[in-house]
Amino acid sequence: MRNAAKKIYITLIFIFLYAPIVTLIVLSFNASKSRAKWGGFTLKWYQNLFKNQDILNALWNTLLIAFLSAFIATVIGTIACIAIQSMKKRNRTILIGITNIPMLNAEIVTGISLMLLFIVLGMNFGFLTILLAHITFNIPYVILSIMPRMKQLNPSTYEAALDLGASHMKAFFSVTFPDILPGILSGFLMAFTMSLDDFIITHFTKGPGIDTLSTKIYTEVKKGIKPEMYALSTLIFLTVLVLLILVNRSPKEKDV
Amino acid sequence: MKKLIALLLTCVLSASVLTGCGNADKYPNGKVYVYNWGEYIDPETIEMFEKETGIQVVYDEFDTNETMYPKVEAGTSRYDVVCPSDYMIQKMVDNDLLAELNWDNLPNAKANIGEQYYEQSLAFDPGNKYSVPYCWGTVGILYNTKMVDGPVDSWSILWDEKYADSILMQDSVRDLFMVALASLGYSLNSTDEAELQEAKELLIAQKPLVQAYVIDQVRDKMIGNEAALGVIYSGEAIYTQRENPDLAYVIPKEGTNVWIDSWVIPKNCQNKENAEKFIDFMCRDDIALMNFDFITYSTPNTAARELIEDEDIKNSDIAFPDLSLYKLETYSYLGEEADTLYNELWKEIKSN
Repeated sequence: MRNAAKKIYITLIFIFLYAPIVTLIVLSFNASKSRAKWGGFTLKWYQNLFKNQDILNALWNTLLIAFLSAFIATVIGTIACIAIQSMKKRNRTILIGITNIPMLNAEIVTGISLMLLFIVLGMNFGFLTILLAHITFNIPYVILSIMPRMKQLNPSTYEAALDLGASHMKAFFSVTFPDILPGILSGFLMAFTMSLDDFIITHFTKGPGIDTLSTKIYTEVKKGIKPEMYALSTLIFLTVLVLLILVNRSPKEKDV
Repeated sequence: MKKLIALLLTCVLSASVLTGCGNADKYPNGKVYVYNWGEYIDPETIEMFEKETGIQVVYDEFDTNETMYPKVEAGTSRYDVVCPSDYMIQKMVDNDLLAELNWDNLPNAKANIGEQYYEQSLAFDPGNKYSVPYCWGTVGILYNTKMVDGPVDSWSILWDEKYADSILMQDSVRDLFMVALASLGYSLNSTDEAELQEAKELLIAQKPLVQAYVIDQVRDKMIGNEAALGVIYSGEAIYTQRENPDLAYVIPKEGTNVWIDSWVIPKNCQNKENAEKFIDFMCRDDIALMNFDFITYSTPNTAARELIEDEDIKNSDIAFPDLSLYKLETYSYLGEEADTLYNELWKEIKSN
């Protein structure tokens, strides 16, 4: 009885989680533009998708900005963590508090303040401003995921490396770095995903002629989302799914 | 690792440099920055404009008037041509954000856009100084002829208990109040608190009959026979009818809102001459026709309408109703105080 209840519960949860995605995937094969009508099976949205230069440009921008901003934010965040770790307790609390503010701040506030800042600096709005904005809001997430790892570190191992004649750089890369690597990776992935689906901040910091997927999709609201977007979302979902399966399988093989 | 980073950065830099240059030869006459609604232009017309004029179009899109406004006001991108709706144009005029048009540079706009649309524009652009109409439409009732008896001609059918749970209303303050205000016979731009309270009571009374307050879904729900009656924009009506022939659109006799999206030039534009060339190009009859086919929203371009081959659409009452036959009103910007009042009353309706 309890087992049956458990199974029903987990099935329900999965239905709630995946029904929207399944709907989207089904609609991406719908020949009719309307979601309410099944017009037969088609692959034409997929064909249109690869012909639509606007959407492909937006996809490329999204991936490039997500990758670059996550990468740079991870580097800055890691360095910041090292510094924060070696601070005195009081300063550390203050600094962590400060880095957390952008995360708690409403996105629209961050977006508008960044926009005003870029105006004051007289910058041209475009790729660079979006990238800078994304790096800015990514850094706190990186710090958030590396800091706990940092706290678990045993400072003696790093000192031992120094005693054994390693330079600070060498000691960091061969002792500290491998220990905090899981934190760095999860920080990078978190930053990557945050950047991928950000709309509001991108909207305020983007210039004319450049779009990411999220801003592109929002502009279609007035006339209805085009089915090409369903097709693209399906492809992204499948890519992520395959990646996740690969990632989750490889450690098991190593364990054996 | 370092090499990889260096390589990546070089790639990005060179890519950005490469895309930046090399346009001067192809586009000797500079650029024009256009800010328009998403999916609101036939991309081919932009290419034609670039080819014919040698002006490069930097095209950008927005999703609502409200997201467009702060960007134009802040001047982040200094757009040359923008396409806001009526009430937003009025707000931009009030806040001194728009440049006056030089009508000598807009021969197509003068000749091809119907006189009645300029007259309608007077409500938000007194003297027709700032705007050239681009798309327009009405708000009306879309109904399923198989589910609703008899012809529909009045907003009052939305209060008919026979259709309980199969009525769709618009989920936006102005469009929702518009229905109540129109059926009470008041101005659609009313700021009188007593009138608005009355409209609110009417909408609260209607609430049990309403299936959902939605925007986009009206289209899909009506096509899928999920509802009998829905408040919808005329531009969507033609598309829904094509998908489901049982649907009919009607402008209620009490009158309704007519909206106009128009081209305007912001004061902080970079190249007004190119902006006017772009606007005038969009008013050319063949170009306007291409855009009408693409967007399917009514065009104010009477010359383009003459070129429509499909007689049914050319003479369609939905796409081109005779404005003089109906009681129509455009929305105007009501000011902050009235905005707050509307929003508060809306909240009361929703929480009731």
